[in-house]
Amino acid sequence: FSNLNDSMVTGFSILWKNWWIRGILTLAMISVFFLIIYLGSFMLMLLVLSIQVKCYHEIITIGYRVYHSYDLPWFRSLSWYFLLCVNYFFYGETVADYFATFVQRREQLQFLIRYHRFISFALYLTGFCMFVLSLVKKHYRLQFYMFAWTHVTLLITVTQSHLVIQNLFEGMIWFLVPISSVICNDITAYIFGFFFGRTPLIKLSPKKTWEGFIGGFFSTVVFGFIFSYFLAQHQYFVCPVEYNSETNRFVTECEPSELFQMKKYSVPPLLQAVLGWETVNMYPFQMHSIALSTFASLIGPFGGFFASGFKRAFKIKDFADTIPGHGGIMDRFDCQYLMATFVHVYITSFIRGPNPSKLLKQLLILQPEQQLSVYKTLKSHLVEKGILQPSLRG
Amino acid sequence: CSELSAGAVRGAGKSRESESENKLDAETASDSESKSEFGGSAPVPTSDDTPEVLNRALSNLSSRWKNWWVRGILTLAMITFFFIIIYLGPMVLMTIVMCVQIKCFHEIITIGYNVYHSYDLPWFRTLSWYFLLCVNYFFYGETVTDYFFTLVQREEPLRILSKYHRFISFALYLTGFCMFVLSLVKKHYRLQFYMFGWTHVTLLIVVTQSHLIIHNLFEGMIWFIVPISCVICNDIMAYMFGFFFGRTPLIKLSPKKTWEGFIGGFFATVLFGLLLSYVMSGYRCFTCPVEFNNDTNSFTVDCEPSELFQLQEYNIPLVLQSVVGWKTVRMYPFQIHSIALSTFASLIGPFGGFFASGFKRAFKIKDFANTIPGHGGIMDRFDCQYLMATFVNVYIASFIRGPNPSKLIQQFLTLRPDQQLHIFNTLKAHLVDKGMLGSLEDA
Repeated sequence: FSNLNDSMVTGFSILWKNWWIRGILTLAMISVFFLIIYLGSFMLMLLVLSIQVKCYHEIITIGYRVYHSYDLPWFRSLSWYFLLCVNYFFYGETVADYFATFVQRREQLQFLIRYHRFISFALYLTGFCMFVLSLVKKHYRLQFYMFAWTHVTLLITVTQSHLVIQNLFEGMIWFLVPISSVICNDITAYIFGFFFGRTPLIKLSPKKTWEGFIGGFFSTVVFGFIFSYFLAQHQYFVCPVEYNSETNRFVTECEPSELFQMKKYSVPPLLQAVLGWETVNMYPFQMHSIALSTFASLIGPFGGFFASGFKRAFKIKDFADTIPGHGGIMDRFDCQYLMATFVHVYITSFIRGPNPSKLLKQLLILQPEQQLSVYKTLKSHLVEKGILQPSLRG
Repeated sequence: CSELSAGAVRGAGKSRESESENKLDAETASDSESKSEFGGSAPVPTSDDTPEVLNRALSNLSSRWKNWWVRGILTLAMITFFFIIIYLGPMVLMTIVMCVQIKCFHEIITIGYNVYHSYDLPWFRTLSWYFLLCVNYFFYGETVTDYFFTLVQREEPLRILSKYHRFISFALYLTGFCMFVLSLVKKHYRLQFYMFGWTHVTLLIVVTQSHLIIHNLFEGMIWFIVPISCVICNDIMAYMFGFFFGRTPLIKLSPKKTWEGFIGGFFATVLFGLLLSYVMSGYRCFTCPVEFNNDTNSFTVDCEPSELFQLQEYNIPLVLQSVVGWKTVRMYPFQIHSIALSTFASLIGPFGGFFASGFKRAFKIKDFANTIPGHGGIMDRFDCQYLMATFVNVYIASFIRGPNPSKLIQQFLTLRPDQQLHIFNTLKAHLVDKGMLGSLEDA
């Protein structure tokens, strides 16, 4: 009897212990998140980069284990080399735009920027040729599998992390609200499932339930709505991140765009009866936050199912053991990747047009005759629209 | 006969797979492992697909010569076909590129099915073709809108499709992604993930490069013809030099290639490129960018040739003067670029071929498919071309032209007024700086 009692007690305490560890680590991660936000955009960029490198490392390590390719040392060098190449390419394409004034001043950087695509392609080709030269007789298939595995991983982790950084530069709110919505959906879906869960959602993840899914959806939308209300009031979150060449720092200071200015909305008659108000003061951004939260709750989980399927396919329990109780970094970020792409596509389609600084950079590369003709076209357009006074000389 | 064997292989594959799904870490994919689940089956037999006509005509010759003749005839047929297509114009060329792309995709995906015995999961074929459609839609939308700008702006449904193009493409892709997740079946997870990865890598290789080819084509048909011809020439020349002078093997992957063939092919291709560009630079239909004429609703190639295609005097370096005997030579600047293109085609292009050879050895197939008698599949002919297309595109973007001014104006018009003003003023300051805009403002 005492044995049974002991095992019951230890079993029970193990369950609680696991729960406590998960809880503490969750709070720790959220605190780190807030700390980094406080420290500013540059730290956030570094954080995103570190996470990307770690996710890449985790997935590649799984590939090594699956294919027992530790014995072919070229792969590790090649995989890291390809990661470097692709990162170089993306950072050059995006970062160069934001640091335009900084770059204009330095000769060598100008050369690198001007021929950036060619240099990146040359670097990639070197890696490709190294791969071809490294093919060893009995290991062709293995090497091709690792080559493909590397490329698919790059496609998933590196491109999406760069989209995250681009969203960040649009304004920290475009970085914070989506990520928080995904985290909130995770947590609230878990809680709803814990208390009300009955109907299983999908065979892939037996722990998920429809009650959790729907409950998580509604709570995330409400959370996103309220959270954006608070963030939209501060310039720190709302303004595009710009690099100030004089102070050599990132600044977030601007005239808030109309998305972040309070507007009166008439409440539709349906809701009027429920809420009792006729009009409500809201930020237009909050409308967008509903779209973001909806995506986070309905489509985001598919990223999680994809990762679950992947883990079952390769018979691994977690991606890695980095975070006690939670698994690897990839385990925490699997839903985020789809979100980052969605936010980026959303912004480019509905919020803003092309990036002005990038446009300017391209204008300055043109041939002088082309610049002159473009200048004339622009001038006539601006005069037509009344933005420019025709009588003034300029 | 082939169906029977395929069926037997499929059945064996299924039982092997369910047994191996229970294995934990005993996962090896090396070639020597015959009971691995990755299809250690015999290579797909390449049946003799030569058309009856040729068979009868060549029945007298011995089989070795017959093979050589078949290859030769088909080579000439393909080259003739190539010339016909060029003659027919850009629209037909675009269609041909599209067909080649689809066929290559089909070939590589079929190999994946053979390797993974995944005929039984019908979702894959649908999903693979669906993803091909999505990615093509995305790329065609991005490029076509630029060239057909006025046409698109006029038609209301097209305008909306173009404005929200990225969002629509992303939504289409996501649908495919969610369908994939929902289609995951319990015992076949790994297989499905492999096919998913295989599809995406194939898309990356085949679709992106075919769109780069079309980009190059729009830049001017010469940017399409010269690179492709250089790769073909290098193939043929390297083969001939290797045939006559070949002695030192080049790389273990392709035992038939030799250093003599490689170097001979290099010099021959550079020379060929110089001559071909000299001939082509004289014609406007090759050197002008392809434009869509809104009034006639067709493609036109009519323009003032850029300075790349105007004869210039070049001083021959002293070293060559004694050899050649001339002091100056009249050349098109484009010919200098053609040297760069030919060099790439001869030195780096073959790596694409080695990659494909390694791929074929890795998956134990002799050819990608049996489409062309004597040559194999379409992929076999185009494996060196893909690297070339990307190189030409990057080369053009880096060294030849800058961004497209009309595209820039389009983007400018979508900005907010204050952003427009800011850019206008910066541009003006820059032009004044350069002395292009004096104090007299006449625009």
